Amino acid sequence: MEVFDMVLFALFAFTVVVFGFFIGNYVYKIFDGKKTFLDPVIAPIENALFRISRINVEKSQSFKEYTISLMVFNLFGIFILFFILFFQSAIWLNPQNFSNLSWHLALNTAVSFVTNTNWQSYSGESTMSYFSQMVGLGVQNFLSAATGVAVAVALMRGLTGRGIGNFYIDMTKTTLRILLPIAFIYAIFLISQGVIQNLSPYVDITTIEGATQTLAMGPVASQEAIKMLGTNGGGFFNANSAHPFENPNELTNFIQIFSIFLIPVALLFAYGKFAGNRREGIAIFGAMALLFALTLGSTYYAESQGNAMLSELGVEEGPSMEGKEVRFALGASSLFATVTTAASCGAVNSMHDSFSPLAGGVLMLQMMVGEVIFGGVGAGFYGMMIYALLSMFMIGLMVGKTPMYLGKKIEAYEIKAVIIALLLPSAAILGFSAYAVNCAEGLAGLNNAGPHGLSEILYAYTSAAANNGSAFAGLTANTPFYNVTLAIAMFIGRFGVIIPMIAIAASMSNKKTYALSSGSVKSDNTTFTVFLACTVLILGALTFLPALTFTAIAEHVLMLSGKLF
Amino acid sequence: MFKEIKKSVILFSGLTLICALVYPLAMYAIGNSVFADQAKGSLVYEEENPVASTLIAQNFTQPYYFHPRPSAAGEDGYDGTSSSGSNLGYTSQKLHDAVKERVEAYRTENGLSTSQKVPMDAVTTSGSGLDPHISIANATIQAKRVAEVRGIEENKVIDVIRKSTQQPYFGIIGKEKINVVNLNLTLDREFGKVKI
Repeated sequence: MEVFDMVLFALFAFTVVVFGFFIGNYVYKIFDGKKTFLDPVIAPIENALFRISRINVEKSQSFKEYTISLMVFNLFGIFILFFILFFQSAIWLNPQNFSNLSWHLALNTAVSFVTNTNWQSYSGESTMSYFSQMVGLGVQNFLSAATGVAVAVALMRGLTGRGIGNFYIDMTKTTLRILLPIAFIYAIFLISQGVIQNLSPYVDITTIEGATQTLAMGPVASQEAIKMLGTNGGGFFNANSAHPFENPNELTNFIQIFSIFLIPVALLFAYGKFAGNRREGIAIFGAMALLFALTLGSTYYAESQGNAMLSELGVEEGPSMEGKEVRFALGASSLFATVTTAASCGAVNSMHDSFSPLAGGVLMLQMMVGEVIFGGVGAGFYGMMIYALLSMFMIGLMVGKTPMYLGKKIEAYEIKAVIIALLLPSAAILGFSAYAVNCAEGLAGLNNAGPHGLSEILYAYTSAAANNGSAFAGLTANTPFYNVTLAIAMFIGRFGVIIPMIAIAASMSNKKTYALSSGSVKSDNTTFTVFLACTVLILGALTFLPALTFTAIAEHVLMLSGKLF
Repeated sequence: MFKEIKKSVILFSGLTLICALVYPLAMYAIGNSVFADQAKGSLVYEEENPVASTLIAQNFTQPYYFHPRPSAAGEDGYDGTSSSGSNLGYTSQKLHDAVKERVEAYRTENGLSTSQKVPMDAVTTSGSGLDPHISIANATIQAKRVAEVRGIEENKVIDVIRKSTQQPYFGIIGKEKINVVNLNLTLDREFGKVKI
């Protein structure tokens, strides 16, 4: 354990909470319709957009209206992105003359970026034109994140009895008032540190020794900022945030990790304001923080042990640097990896495939429980609400009281929706993994043999269904089989959760709110926090322990006995 | 339904215009006027020709230069259009074999005995394959070789290493490390290019 690493972790926690608090207040003001300092600039643009598209700004939508708006908007997004990628060679800004994407890669990528997964079966610098990156993928980095926030806000409104609001309005406000202003400052900072932002063809250089090297270029900084802030995680380059042009130094790295958690944490503070009781938000925050401390501790510990087989070969003792950058090393790599899989970001600054077996297992587990440890922007909040409602339901049954949350009854309808949202992604992960292991197309893409090969498959579907997007990147996923099955998993993992959550929001919104009595079960205290954290762990463990036993745990045990594959 | 599609299309177009054109192009304009150097890739020029980016590792094979970490980017490594790690896990035979080979090569190159430990970063590939940094330990071991081939005192090379060492930000974020590209450029500046 190094002091520097502990300082880094502490500094990270501190900045996230402080900035999360202030942004949280700002977020609440926006969705409560209060005035904010950006109104003079942004309100006219918004009003113009709403006027031209004839969106009724007065009326809150019903469950059905909201779902239709959201689905139409997102499906249209998939359609347009598919179109851009499938015909990219005919569009501008393609200095490297990249060809059109295959139908299955275009489909996978379109679904991937619209569902905020940002799984990448391709390598950015050898596949995507600048137009595809900047316009096609770029806009979805904003809109998919904004969709998540809109649903989270709808749920906050519903739970506190205000009507779920209008999808278009909340989504637009998130984009223009939260994401865009922060991304603006963020991108300028990144450029100042060395992240590139140009539209030049790739640069050919004659190296100092006289050899040749070609450097990939592109409008990276603008993409990078929103990629992290919107927990998208789709890198401009194949190596993602390990690439020096995306993440050149420790300072940009710190800001990148910070920006993954910023909005998820801010939303929890905003929730406290919605509920009229800050402690409601803090209780959820506490459960997430508790789980995060556990996973960060485990990842860091597992990584710090190093690879004993390397030291036998005469390499100095210490954490393995395979797949890690010198400028990030153990501490910043472990922190980044834990944060990016806790939140559904999926950007990486080190290669998860080369992590120790147990650390890899922890990263998978975080995704398996549904990206609820802070989670993706918006998605983390509504994902955790699945467990919160389930917890209150179980507590209610255990103590023999009508289960209620924030004074509203939790009934069969809500529990059905909760179960759907919980089971669909889990079924997708295990079902597709089992299918892939049993067919030649599934096994064809493996980079590692033995249990680690199975981990590569399991990680892929976990990452897809959880809308994370990181990978055990050794897996060659750019095949019709993987592209299509992963696209389905991403679609289920996204909308199979969002739609039930809107249903819950709408149904709770119409319910009577009962005043809390002295005998009511409260959700704003430590007991609830601990119960909630345990629910996440137990449900996750029950569902996925067998799968993890065959992968991470088996590999760990075999590693200890010195077995190589 | 048709109404919904129309709403979506209009709103989508408007937001695309703002987020995917105005925003990145504004960043382009600001970047290339205020931070032109960084925005274009932190390139180093010699007689108007780019010879390196200070952020991207390039292959150094000559004994009078410091060598970067091994690279898994592209077929031959250090491919600036094909960033990648090896993605090999702890129990990989391939990783085991590769590291074994690299340890032997490193020892031979730098005149180390078979009992001497080799720095971790010197024999493992980075996440990007373009990691421009090496550890102080790695540089210090290589200093002897570089000094010998260049026919200068080792102390002078060590001095250059010391001067080129990057310190943690604000003294707390990050660790000491050395940028190989900058280090080799400094060597050439201080002691002249080696003529072959």
